[in-house]
Amino acid sequence: MAEAQGGRSLVVDAVTHRYPSGALAVENINLDIKGGEIIALLGPSGCGKTTLLRIIAGFIAQSQGRIIIGDDIVDALPPNRRAVGIVFQNYALFPHLSISENVAYGLAARGIDKATRQREAQRLLELVQLPSMAERLPRQLSGGQQQRVALARALAIKPSILLLDEPFAALDKNLRLDMQIEVKRLQRVSGITTLIVTHDQEEALSMADRVAVLSHGKLEQFGSPSDVYDRPETLFVNTFVGSSNRMPGIVISADRTAAKVRLDAGAEIIARPAGGTLTEGGRVTVCIRPEHLQFVGDETGFAGVVGMSLPLGATVVHEIKTADGSGVKVSQARIGETRALENGAAVRLAPLAASLANAFPAII
Amino acid sequence: MGAAPAPRDVTSYGMGLAAPLALFFLVFFVAPLLQLLWLSLHNDTAALHWGLGQYLHFLTDPFSLSVLGSTLLLGAEVTAVCLVLGFPIAWLYQRVGPKLQTIIILIVLLPLLTSVVVRTFAWIVILGRQGIINATLQSLGVIDTPLKLLYTQFGVVIALAQVQMPLMTLPLITALGRIDSNLDDASCSLGAGSWRTFFRIVLPLSLPGVIAGCTLTYAAAITAFITQSLIGGGQMLFMPMYLYQQASTLQNWPFASAISIIFLLAVLAVVSVFTTLGRLSRGYGGA
Repeated sequence: MAEAQGGRSLVVDAVTHRYPSGALAVENINLDIKGGEIIALLGPSGCGKTTLLRIIAGFIAQSQGRIIIGDDIVDALPPNRRAVGIVFQNYALFPHLSISENVAYGLAARGIDKATRQREAQRLLELVQLPSMAERLPRQLSGGQQQRVALARALAIKPSILLLDEPFAALDKNLRLDMQIEVKRLQRVSGITTLIVTHDQEEALSMADRVAVLSHGKLEQFGSPSDVYDRPETLFVNTFVGSSNRMPGIVISADRTAAKVRLDAGAEIIARPAGGTLTEGGRVTVCIRPEHLQFVGDETGFAGVVGMSLPLGATVVHEIKTADGSGVKVSQARIGETRALENGAAVRLAPLAASLANAFPAII
Repeated sequence: MGAAPAPRDVTSYGMGLAAPLALFFLVFFVAPLLQLLWLSLHNDTAALHWGLGQYLHFLTDPFSLSVLGSTLLLGAEVTAVCLVLGFPIAWLYQRVGPKLQTIIILIVLLPLLTSVVVRTFAWIVILGRQGIINATLQSLGVIDTPLKLLYTQFGVVIALAQVQMPLMTLPLITALGRIDSNLDDASCSLGAGSWRTFFRIVLPLSLPGVIAGCTLTYAAAITAFITQSLIGGGQMLFMPMYLYQQASTLQNWPFASAISIIFLLAVLAVVSVFTTLGRLSRGYGGA
């Protein structure tokens, strides 16, 4: 059989879901996912990402909107007829069935004969590199192995969509990276359209072709990892994805591509207007990532006093107190013997480039 | 400052604490049991001559054996009824909101809060010739003559099932509550319908609860003296009443003792089959 199936597209069309209490779980979510893409649903806990996953799987019927897989509107189909594979956060392997029975479970439900089932289970276990574990019980396997089994089980039914719910949260850091690579490899081989729900931004950025950032049930941004990281459309995205210094200021002048902002910390900088138009004289919040600030020698930039320097391996992070009393973090690559800054030393800082400072209208 | 005393290991325990209860059991359970055994090993009612005559009498007497058989069968029937009726209640309990859960628990526990005698008399009112069931069916014209419900095996099974239901439902509720609800979803997402999910996932994983519930219900049903005799009436004889007659009415204490020991062994045999099954199925419960 051909492993690559091209993958079916998935459209989330204006989906809104209300809890019975009337509170909104997700509000007007639109996602247009191409066949074979890996998408990450990224957001803090309670943002509605798991609700959205359960809507796509069919466990929750949304209040409004449609789910379209390929050419089919699947809203009327129960979960067992949607052919959506799910890997649960706790893997949800059947504890009383052997590994090979777990993998073959979906095939048995489809009435496939035993010999074919066993052959297929063995083939999938080889795919996830656990061919010798077929007869064991789930609890005899490590967390990483259990996850591979959960993947094999979900892939066995040749799903049109694969949903992964916080798949790596329970794994330790080294294993997590291995499994992320493994999942990406399996996804490439099978070509299955994949949706990963995660609160871990590194995971979302490293694994996904596109990232959908959710907050309070709303879609904040849906774009490529570099769009989300470098050209955030909202203040939430800028601060949730990666770390960012938030510096208040006033707009001096602005057009569509650049804004001149006087920071409260005491410098005029050029920033990129992000998320809406800026008006002259309006308050803004300028987001600059720690790695996008540099020390400058002359009278440009804004002044600050070194509070603390933390050597974090590849980078050194300095905490700088600015004139308006707020603090900013500056991250420097550790090249050779990076000069340790003395506590209380006076420094001046400026963004590396205008495109790396994002100005958002301040929320009053 | 001296070294701090090593913190007490919270898992350590003193056997001494169990001594009062152990003494109680020794005096009021083990000693009478031994006395019973001693008594049963005598051939005459005055307990003067040693011998296995009482046991031989029971095991060669078709009447005695039929009483034992019908008692064990009664236990099996009550257990089956409790399992079939109790499982859906326990299943429902795990799937409703907290308010309904409180109501279900109340309904399940209610039989335990009223006296067995009261509950049994309630069943007499329901099952009797002019009872609620017969009166209703007659007024609806479904039957002409009253059905015989009281003093039948059917009546005893129904009444005992109601009386012993909590012993089945409570372990089942616990067992079903331990099953990860994601397993249902996983089974469903893999294409299994509700029945397959039930028989392949929910039922096997709830086996420890099923076995615990069956053991408790069975043991309680076959020893339920009051309900058995009041609903069963004079025509139906089960082991507890048989034993009572031999001891109290006929003053044949050695034979009554032998009946007790045989009944005890029969119950232990059934219970040990259940617990063996339980130990085998515990292999599943781990997750």
